[in-house]
Amino acid sequence: MLILFGIPITQLLIFGTVIKNEISDVPIAIYDESKDEVTAELINKVRSSGYFILDENLESINSIDQILKKGYIREIIVFENNFAQKLLKEGRANIQLIADASDPNLARLVTTYTTGIINDYVVKMNLNKGMPLQIQSEVRMFFNEEMKSSYQFVPGTMALILMLVSALMTSVSITREKETGTMEILLASPLHPFQIIAGKVFPYLLLSIINAFVIIFIGNLVFRVPIAGSFGLLLLETILFTTMALCLGIFISTVAKNQMVAMFISLIALMLPTIILSGFIFPIENMPKILQVLSYIMPARYFIEIIRSIMLKGIGIQYVWQETAVLGGMTLLLIAVSVKRFKIRLE
Amino acid sequence: MQTIKYILQKEFRQILRNKTLLPMMFWVPLMQLLVLVFAATFDVKEIKLTVVDNDMSETSRQLVSKFDGSTFFNLNNAMQHPTMAEELLLEGSTDIVLVVPSGLEKSLIRGNTAKVQLLVDAMEGNTAQLIYSYSSQIIHQVNRDIMAEQVKVSNSNQLAQINVHERYWYNDNLDYKWYMAPGILSVLVTIIGMFMSGLNLVREKELGTSEQLNVTPIKKYQFIIGKLIPFWIIGLIELAFGLTIAWIVFNLPVNGSLLLLFGFAGLYLAGILGLGLFISTIAHTQQQVMFMNFFFMLIFILMGGIFTPVESMPDWAQTINHLNPVYYFMRIMRQVILKGSDFADLLKEFTGLTVLGIFFLSMAIWSYRKTE
Repeated sequence: MLILFGIPITQLLIFGTVIKNEISDVPIAIYDESKDEVTAELINKVRSSGYFILDENLESINSIDQILKKGYIREIIVFENNFAQKLLKEGRANIQLIADASDPNLARLVTTYTTGIINDYVVKMNLNKGMPLQIQSEVRMFFNEEMKSSYQFVPGTMALILMLVSALMTSVSITREKETGTMEILLASPLHPFQIIAGKVFPYLLLSIINAFVIIFIGNLVFRVPIAGSFGLLLLETILFTTMALCLGIFISTVAKNQMVAMFISLIALMLPTIILSGFIFPIENMPKILQVLSYIMPARYFIEIIRSIMLKGIGIQYVWQETAVLGGMTLLLIAVSVKRFKIRLE
Repeated sequence: MQTIKYILQKEFRQILRNKTLLPMMFWVPLMQLLVLVFAATFDVKEIKLTVVDNDMSETSRQLVSKFDGSTFFNLNNAMQHPTMAEELLLEGSTDIVLVVPSGLEKSLIRGNTAKVQLLVDAMEGNTAQLIYSYSSQIIHQVNRDIMAEQVKVSNSNQLAQINVHERYWYNDNLDYKWYMAPGILSVLVTIIGMFMSGLNLVREKELGTSEQLNVTPIKKYQFIIGKLIPFWIIGLIELAFGLTIAWIVFNLPVNGSLLLLFGFAGLYLAGILGLGLFISTIAHTQQQVMFMNFFFMLIFILMGGIFTPVESMPDWAQTINHLNPVYYFMRIMRQVILKGSDFADLLKEFTGLTVLGIFFLSMAIWSYRKTE
């Protein structure tokens, strides 16, 4: 019991706070060949942006490789010599941004942010010279004004946890009965396989619903993920998804020979694909086409879409009916196949 | 020594006998490696752009065509009214809306504020950040062009400009697969180390054969070594296998020393095998082992920086990571493979893994009782 509730809640709490893509306090270093007022101003701007922490001032160009190899500094800003003079006399000066691309995403974010800061400076510099006004942009981040990572990841974490735990519970419970032999007894009784399955699913369904409730509340209260849409709809969809996951567990139990295999499939085989192909962390639109197709069979993908739409966009059933229909269809399919396999065992 | 040899023989025979488990241990993770490395990417391409141009001036057309010409954006839609464009955002059919207010050009000429609006779908934070950055860069370019024209016309002061050159070291193509492959390889090794060995032990407990072993004069340490070594070897083999496949399929180089890599892998494996063993000594059923392993593994892996950078995590998380063996191993894998870091660069990681390894192994040995 502790495991059934404790684990999901702890994981939700941890991931909601830990999984982030925002940049803040990223350690960088500077190699300044000029050391004049302009470079000093630029360095100051970078430092006060809140995105970076200036960790080191390098003295030699050779130390760049050394320091990157240690793996803490993510970017080195290199100012060429006579920076201010070149800017004044020739109207152009050069900056190099050397980024550690072992994490290409972070590297790109870091360079684009740094470039943004530098561009800002250039604009102000030219304005001061009496240059004409520029087009400015005002940005509105829809559905997630403050760009909080938790808005993106908490719904995904909910889906992940609900799916894995539910599938695990039913698959293990049934295979355990198979292993200990009590399943034989059940099958010998006049009960229809459907009744046996329903009997297995129902108690876990109740547990999972409570689990889901708790998860939604934590998401809302602790992480302030809004529930912009209808709470009732959210709950219904969650129940649907949980039922699907439980039926998936049942299906797994019909193909698994023993508990170990059931657990392996429910957790390990399902975990990575669910995390990666469902759109939980990595956006599906940017994946290679084949994988986008593969993601269509991931139930979590639909649920994440539904949850995000209801919680963040606040839209109603008219937008998500397709995803809902798919989930419903999957559930029915799983039930049908499982019942059939059970029947085979009888004969 | 002889006893250990016999124990190892028995262990390997048991493992090889389990026809379903062995291929699953190899193939399932490797398949996942291949598929998922291709899937995991934060690259943003073909951003769906909708334009609401209420100015229809030369300037606004200049702006729009700059966006259109950029390889990042796909100009999909033009709407008359912002609310209609917002509808597209709700549906999810557009990623960003550019709203040009009427009178933009006039404002610019008069020297008043000229603002365009960018409405970005921010459900995916990372994508949104990149979309915003790319948009800002395009706007900046347009501004530069406008200024350049003005300068030609008015012959005034020279326009100053700072050229920013980006150099991406260790991965100049910004190939995301090179980032994910070492990460997923670490996960695979971890799964073998923690899960498999732990399950193995508890299975023996449940089947009752460990009772039989306990009655023999086999010493505690011999039994434990016998349990750990097979999976240690299997883990290293899987790592080698995975690296080869990554090299063939993704062209993943190994810039550092292979010896160093496997040395660290061995150290890491020993530690988490110890952890897996410890967990299985305090659990009574396979189910409990599974749950506890799953719990720890998921936390270690996600906090270890496999998908999202550790640098972005809150301070308390970064501190806790010092107790996370996966964090060290992930760093080691990426640094040795991509940067060719050597031992001196990785002292911190070495210390961390050694301390944790000794801790886990001691806990395992201490808590394993022959008689329960």
